[in-house]
Amino acid sequence: MADLTSNLAGISSPNPFWLASAPPTNMGSMIERAFDAGWGGAVWKTIGEPIRNVCSRLSSIDGSSTQRMIGLNNIELISDRPTEVNLREMAQCKRKYPKHALIASLMVESNREAWHDIVKRVEDTGADGVELNFGCPHGMSERGMGSAMGQVPEYAEMVTGWVKEACSLPVIVKLTPNVTSIIAPGRAAVRGGADALSLINTINSITGVDLDTLIPNSNVNGKAAHGGYCGPAVKPIALNMVSELARDEFTQVPISGIGGIKDWRDAVEFLLLGSTNVQVCTQVMHYGYRIVEDMIDGLNNYLDEKGFASVNDIVGLSVPRVTNWSDLDLNYHTVASINHDKCIQCNLCHIACEDGAHQCIPLVQIGDKRFPVVDETECVGCNLCSLVCPVPDCITMVSLEDRGAPMTWHEFTNGDALVQATTEDHGGISNGHAITSAPVGTPSEVVHGSAS
Amino acid sequence: MKSFIPLEAVQIERNFCDVAPAFSRAQAKVEADRCLYCYDAPCTRACPTHIDVPAFIKKISSDNVVGSARVIFDANPIGATCARVCPTSALCEGACVENTLLHKPIDIGRLQRFATDYAIDSRRPMFFSGEPNGKSVAIIGAGPAGYSCAVYLKRLGYAVTIYDRRELAGGLDTYGMAEYKMTQKVSVEETNLARGIGVEFRLGTEVTPELLVQLELDNDAIFLAVGLGQTTKLGVEGENAPGVFDALQWIEQVKTREWTGIPVGRTVAVIGAGNTAVDAATQAKRLGAERVVMVYRRGEAEMPAYDYEYELAKSDAVEFRWKSAPVGIVTDANGAVRSLKCVETLPTVPDEKGRVAYGMVEGSEFEIPCDMVIKALGQSKMTAFLSGIAGLQLDGSGRVKVDEGTMATGNPKYFAGGDCVNGGREAVDAAQMGKLGAMGIHQFISGEIVEFAGARLPFVEKLPHEIELPVPTPIAHPEASAAELGVKSYAAQG
Repeated sequence: MADLTSNLAGISSPNPFWLASAPPTNMGSMIERAFDAGWGGAVWKTIGEPIRNVCSRLSSIDGSSTQRMIGLNNIELISDRPTEVNLREMAQCKRKYPKHALIASLMVESNREAWHDIVKRVEDTGADGVELNFGCPHGMSERGMGSAMGQVPEYAEMVTGWVKEACSLPVIVKLTPNVTSIIAPGRAAVRGGADALSLINTINSITGVDLDTLIPNSNVNGKAAHGGYCGPAVKPIALNMVSELARDEFTQVPISGIGGIKDWRDAVEFLLLGSTNVQVCTQVMHYGYRIVEDMIDGLNNYLDEKGFASVNDIVGLSVPRVTNWSDLDLNYHTVASINHDKCIQCNLCHIACEDGAHQCIPLVQIGDKRFPVVDETECVGCNLCSLVCPVPDCITMVSLEDRGAPMTWHEFTNGDALVQATTEDHGGISNGHAITSAPVGTPSEVVHGSAS
Repeated sequence: MKSFIPLEAVQIERNFCDVAPAFSRAQAKVEADRCLYCYDAPCTRACPTHIDVPAFIKKISSDNVVGSARVIFDANPIGATCARVCPTSALCEGACVENTLLHKPIDIGRLQRFATDYAIDSRRPMFFSGEPNGKSVAIIGAGPAGYSCAVYLKRLGYAVTIYDRRELAGGLDTYGMAEYKMTQKVSVEETNLARGIGVEFRLGTEVTPELLVQLELDNDAIFLAVGLGQTTKLGVEGENAPGVFDALQWIEQVKTREWTGIPVGRTVAVIGAGNTAVDAATQAKRLGAERVVMVYRRGEAEMPAYDYEYELAKSDAVEFRWKSAPVGIVTDANGAVRSLKCVETLPTVPDEKGRVAYGMVEGSEFEIPCDMVIKALGQSKMTAFLSGIAGLQLDGSGRVKVDEGTMATGNPKYFAGGDCVNGGREAVDAAQMGKLGAMGIHQFISGEIVEFAGARLPFVEKLPHEIELPVPTPIAHPEASAAELGVKSYAAQG
């Protein structure tokens, strides 16, 4: 059994699975049940000035009839319970579960004293850390809080600084993905003194429109407002943002990965791309706290199978594998190989290639069957056929041996092309690495070129 | 035969409930979502009417159920019937790629039922009649071939009248399907879709030679879909006893659902082992017969019924006497059936075609005690009626000879399809022949070639080694030169 003990910026937990600040962490009794189920930590649903919620609040999209709620949209605001009640329960919970990580998510008005005050009150509960909610994209942002902070790097830096002035606990800053680049707010939070970053918060979304009433989801007396989108559908966006911060030399603080984690496999991906631990919400809203059992078990088995003694050993292992497009090998070439013994003749590869790719999988009569056959001279190795194929291991992408020596776009153009492109296109940042460390803000302060 | 009522009507109702119950909306969605949406799909190829199966299933997935039903009815006007009675495991579902991947094909039949039921229940139009073209066609027989032909012709703008001697439309769809697969209501409601676009039905009308002469005079073409005739005679002693029944006539009585009036024996011998024989045997069992014994001259392996029909019979505890030939029906002094007298048979050496005959074994006589005998020996041909039509050619077995592309007969004004042409196959085969017949008739009358959905396999691209498909031979038309013959494609709306 591998060691699953995790430590994020000084906050230790028996495993890397935390509950994100959300409905499943609304009160002490819920979090206690979650800890009993096996969760290693929990970020208390954001505490702040009591708010009033609307009805209804949630809407979702389905993958298929058997795959419900692959994306969830929420317009519920921060905790609607009095702060003193939350803090009292937090203290009780921490006393009862001293080894578990208990984090207070905070959001108050943009005022130094208000932040100092709430931080002090949290410290008195014995909580292990605070998470600054700079990510909530609905409702609170209209009042200058939540993502309104995360979207303006200067604000994020300033408020983080205020908290750090008063707080002796580790400070995690939770970032919003509703930005052009995650690098700028990430760096700002680190400049403000953040001990760790957590991301992503939810994405602005409208999940759909009722085709009978013509009212978008979710209906609040005939009207709807955008909400925050989460669940398995957002995982790829989160993975990218986590990896961007993990790669950036100016955001080298621990990351708590959030966004669509539904099982241990997703968690491992977040860890590999630089997260020290993960936070989960939607899957618990769907199936309950019990899902953590397989997360722990699956992670354990994976680590054992791969020979890792500790979960910390895999953190960031895939980060060096993420690069800029221009650093990819132009001469790497794979072609699709279809195993006709496994092929069931659904012809999805054929039609996908024909109408969606490069017209290199004709159907050929072989004996009494028609098989898709790859024309290797035309195949560009795009993967589409292997993605649509419903049969496991039927279509594999095979690397061609007789290819040229590795060559990047930089090498192909002797470096000229990129320089030219970025000089001509003022807004053309190849990725977040091009942004200078300080100050950040107006386009004139952005320096172009690759920093990596 | 003394009729006995062994079961309460309530129990019989339960016994005759749907053998494959309708999908709920949730079930249909889950099943539809399982479909891979194959391209150039094997199910579509396997369907005799070439319904675009992935297309109609995808529409169930997207909650476009009316659109789904239109895809079905576009290629097969008896889509609701076929959803229930098609031997899907031998056709679309048998070809489904999920047989190889998950060993569980998509339940295409029940999805088709879901869509077509929805359409019929919601009374949405499935067909649209074409602009009247001033031409008229008489169709003889309101079964699947005649009905299908009528729908397509009406879509093209013809005045169409169907003649049938029975009181209800639908032919064997209405009168001959096992009641636990399909009730009369389904078939009758389905045929009402054609009434909705103006197809005329003259039911309860026997087409006499005199009427036929009149129809020839009044119409531009005639489509023969007369089906088959009486059940073949057994030719043994006792065959005319009151306890001896013709399978189709007996099933017709079951279809009335007047349970107390349907004759059923305590022990029933069913002669034959085809699909109709199974229908009779299982229904006798469901009506309360204590024992049902199917008697077949050949061996189990040669049983003509589909495998799933055989399984159904077995699960209904029907017994089988293989390699047994009936030679007489023993009756008592009052004429009531006492037993079926049989002899054992033995296979002969295969002939040059590999076919094995079964000869009777001398001295092997035995009796199966029973009080009812149902004969399911296949139907005779309508030779008397058909041979009265000038120019019509019949083959050696009495089937009407037609051009396979146009269903044209030897008499230029007559086209034919269904059981009278193929000797008795599935309803879906008849529906396809009705479609091809409508195309052939239209070509004959107007010179124009139209192609309805599923008229041919939907080859989208040509392959190097692809076998060329037969293109319907253009029929010379007095008013149109060959150059004027263009192919017109008819989409869902006709």
